[in-house]
Amino acid sequence: MRWHARQPIAFLILAAVVWFALYQTLDPAAEALVASLPVDRASHLGGALQFFFYDTPKVLMLLTGVVFVMGMINSYFTPERTRAMLAGRTEGVANVMAASLGIVTPFCSCSAVPLFIGFVQAGVPLGVTFSFLISAPMVNEVALTLLFGMFGWKVALLYLGLGLSVAIVAGWVIGRLKMEAYLEDWVRDMPRMAAQFEEAGMTLADRIQGGFTSVREIVGKVWPYILVGIAVGAGIHSYVPEDYMASFMGREAWWSVPLAVVIGVPLYSNAAGVIPIVQALLAKGAALGTVLAFMMSVIALSLPEMIILRKVLKVRLIATFVSVVAAGILLVGYVFNAVL
Amino acid sequence: MDIKVLGTGCANCRSTIALIDQVAMAKGVTVKLEKVEELRDIMGYGVMSTPGVVINGKVVHAGGIPSREKIEQWLAAA
Repeated sequence: MRWHARQPIAFLILAAVVWFALYQTLDPAAEALVASLPVDRASHLGGALQFFFYDTPKVLMLLTGVVFVMGMINSYFTPERTRAMLAGRTEGVANVMAASLGIVTPFCSCSAVPLFIGFVQAGVPLGVTFSFLISAPMVNEVALTLLFGMFGWKVALLYLGLGLSVAIVAGWVIGRLKMEAYLEDWVRDMPRMAAQFEEAGMTLADRIQGGFTSVREIVGKVWPYILVGIAVGAGIHSYVPEDYMASFMGREAWWSVPLAVVIGVPLYSNAAGVIPIVQALLAKGAALGTVLAFMMSVIALSLPEMIILRKVLKVRLIATFVSVVAAGILLVGYVFNAVL
Repeated sequence: MDIKVLGTGCANCRSTIALIDQVAMAKGVTVKLEKVEELRDIMGYGVMSTPGVVINGKVVHAGGIPSREKIEQWLAAA
């Protein structure tokens, strides 16, 4: 048995210490790397390289750390436990819980349908299920970490807060509309299921293994997108003069937010893939609210997921779902632009 | 040993089947590997995340690709 399985607590402490130590060396290491190249540090190229050499390991380290911790947290919040926590609860509170649980429960979009049906079978109200389904893909640790690493904690926090708000309110609204009749008949005919479940014992070593698996699967899949995103950011930050951006950052036409949301609907990407586009848009002078609305629209309203959901939802309900979420994102975009 | 992999056809489900096949061959265990893609049938097992693995009628795994160690354990238990 590997040593991290035999001494899980020692491993975690050591890993944390090493991570922090490495993190401190990133800036000086990046500077040293650029200094060793035949490039003038003060030039555009020098600045771009320093940005790239510093940001790439920084973001990758942040992502690895966050994904590992989330992988461990995910092992506590299985879909079964989330369902048990939500079954039979009154709406309102349940919507808030569902949206919050969407962040920590592992979710893959191909599981959207089995999860949806499982929730319905155990008596989780329709609106509450939707709150979960909206928050899970959209407010995920990859999006938050990348936003934090590349745009700062304020942007990440705002995305988190507004993403949760959209999930809570949209889910609640759909619940009020009482559209249970628009579930496909075979779904409604599925047998009731007990929400109780048996907790399979999991050791800390198992959870650490879960963290490793998460890192392998997630970071292993998105790192190319991150490299592209940072390269785009490096180029922009170093080559685009300040006043060029300022001249565009003026008043935005009122239709830019709806346009961003509408464009986002047919596009589908994971959280990491959309970041290069976010970088480019921000550099072009698009307002932050518009860009975040676009990002949410791309991730939360994906055509592939709609097609999959068609197996369990009638068209009317899918249309309602898309409209309510789009409206929520629109509102978020406007509020953001007005506030910042 | 009757093994069913539950999934609607995303990459993870296909990887799971390939991995189980690989491990079974490496260990020299004969398995009857079957893919269940119909949602109604998948729901019959009560899983909420795919890919799911069912061995001799019992759900042993749901969500994410199972690790090689886990698969070896299942095959050894036969």
